[in-house]
Amino acid sequence: MRKLTGALLSGFTWFWILLAFFPIGWMVFTSLKTETDAATIPPTFAVPLSFDQYREVWDRDFAPYLLNSLFASITSTILVLAIAIPAAYGLSIRPVRKVQDVLFFFISTRFLPVAAAILPLYFILKTIGLLDNVTALALLYGAMNLPIAVWMMRSFFNDVPREITEAGQVDGANLRVEITRLVLPIVAPGVAAVALISFIFAWNEYFLALILTSDAARTLPPYLASFVDGRGQFLAVLSAASTMAVFPVVLAGWAAQKQLVRGLAMGAVK
Amino acid sequence: MAAISSVKATSDTHNGPDVEYEKRRRFNRRVSRGLVAPALIFSIALTQIPFVVTIIFSTLNWNQLRPDEIRFAGFQNFVEVFTGGDFLPALWSTVLITSSSVILSLVFGLFLAILLDRKFPGRAAARTLAITPFLVMPAAAALIWKWSILDVNVGMLNWGLGLIGIDPVAWNTDLPVVTIVMLLTWQYTPFFMLILLAGLQSQNREVLEAASVDGAGAVRTFRAMTLPHLRQYAEISTLLGTVMLVQVFDPIAIMTKGTGGTKTLSYLLYERAFIGLDVGQAAAFGVVTVIVTIGIATIALRTMFKVFVDGEVK
Repeated sequence: MRKLTGALLSGFTWFWILLAFFPIGWMVFTSLKTETDAATIPPTFAVPLSFDQYREVWDRDFAPYLLNSLFASITSTILVLAIAIPAAYGLSIRPVRKVQDVLFFFISTRFLPVAAAILPLYFILKTIGLLDNVTALALLYGAMNLPIAVWMMRSFFNDVPREITEAGQVDGANLRVEITRLVLPIVAPGVAAVALISFIFAWNEYFLALILTSDAARTLPPYLASFVDGRGQFLAVLSAASTMAVFPVVLAGWAAQKQLVRGLAMGAVK
Repeated sequence: MAAISSVKATSDTHNGPDVEYEKRRRFNRRVSRGLVAPALIFSIALTQIPFVVTIIFSTLNWNQLRPDEIRFAGFQNFVEVFTGGDFLPALWSTVLITSSSVILSLVFGLFLAILLDRKFPGRAAARTLAITPFLVMPAAAALIWKWSILDVNVGMLNWGLGLIGIDPVAWNTDLPVVTIVMLLTWQYTPFFMLILLAGLQSQNREVLEAASVDGAGAVRTFRAMTLPHLRQYAEISTLLGTVMLVQVFDPIAIMTKGTGGTKTLSYLLYERAFIGLDVGQAAAFGVVTVIVTIGIATIALRTMFKVFVDGEVK
């Protein structure tokens, strides 16, 4: 009896998981069909599958947008790590009240709506000629992810046993050695988690990319909409383009599941 | 605090009591300032200055179609924000969409977290699949939902409903708010689930087992022990989820374009600035949006600091 209940409960769980995953699975399946097979009701299952739609996506100049997305995400991630790691370390060794104010400030920048800052950003970038510039976009993504990175890194630094850094200083090790030799190896998983979270948020960002880029610097999220074709059938090619666009981040997220929860909760949950 | 006490302890044993401790403290403070400064400067330059400029813009009479006629307008833009009849509906849409998505995601997230807390065949794989909607690029998710899942003619949802005898529904045009809330719930449920699952798994198993040995039923144990334990996790996920959802823009721009009660503050602002080209008006909306958000954020932050700084959830 107990075994049966267990099996039923497992089946019930799997039902909900598969239902939640259905839109993604269906997207991948549709991307392998022909346009005609993709747009039939009732849906077709036993049809020839191929990677033709992926070639079609590639032929429609996918590469430049992919490169822009990669550049903006990777550059902003490196930038975030370079600034956030020292800052978080500084905040974790400083035994004073002001730390709270600084942390409060960082997090408040994340809480304010980006939409409210978009106009000045647009006109400033336009004036200095950096509209439609992928480096400018990367800088903004850096600012966007900085608060999460600082909070997360701080929570990892707080895990480092005091004795380790103290021991280093007694031995006369200077600060840089202390950080690179003693502390960084311990927080390495944290650094990886911060890098992944920053990459994911930058890769998926749509609002800034839509407004601040038009062609040369356009990234994948706003580009995807161009696969919607007002006249013909487009479901299969749209699915293929979307699958290609979501692929890197989904893989990264799967690989980093363990760190993901801590990152999403800004270090508050382990 | 831990730092102070341990530093003090070592310096005491080294026999050069407060002098060395003071030195160390001052050194730490200086180093700390140097390490934090770049992050602070970068953050202020890219996030705070634009907000200040938004305030300046909001006092200008400035339409992008007539760039030569920029004039000072005082509070005129704000008067128009409150008398124009667009602000309150947008505020309502924002509140409605955000709160329904947060509540539904919390409920489904808790539901999935409880199911996934059990050991069952393929649990790791199930967890992996379950988090995926949150990883998928929101722009791609919105496009796929709009055209492949919710489309009136070829959408899978209508086909599924047809199997149980329900007539096709024009989700995007007839039920835009439902469409947006449905997509957002799908996307954010994994976020709530992950945090709540972490909460469930951090429970003290021994105490739970002791309770069941003492004859407490599963339901009673859940209500008396698990729910109170989960409260903090529910709070964190709700706060962070609200902060993200209140700013949501992508699905509205892609699926409904602000029609049928989905014109939230973010979208309204975007529309004014980049479709209506009225910079002053849009900036005034921006300022008001920031004030509203600060209200929500202050409450959120106060609660968060209790949780985050005083001690991480264990």
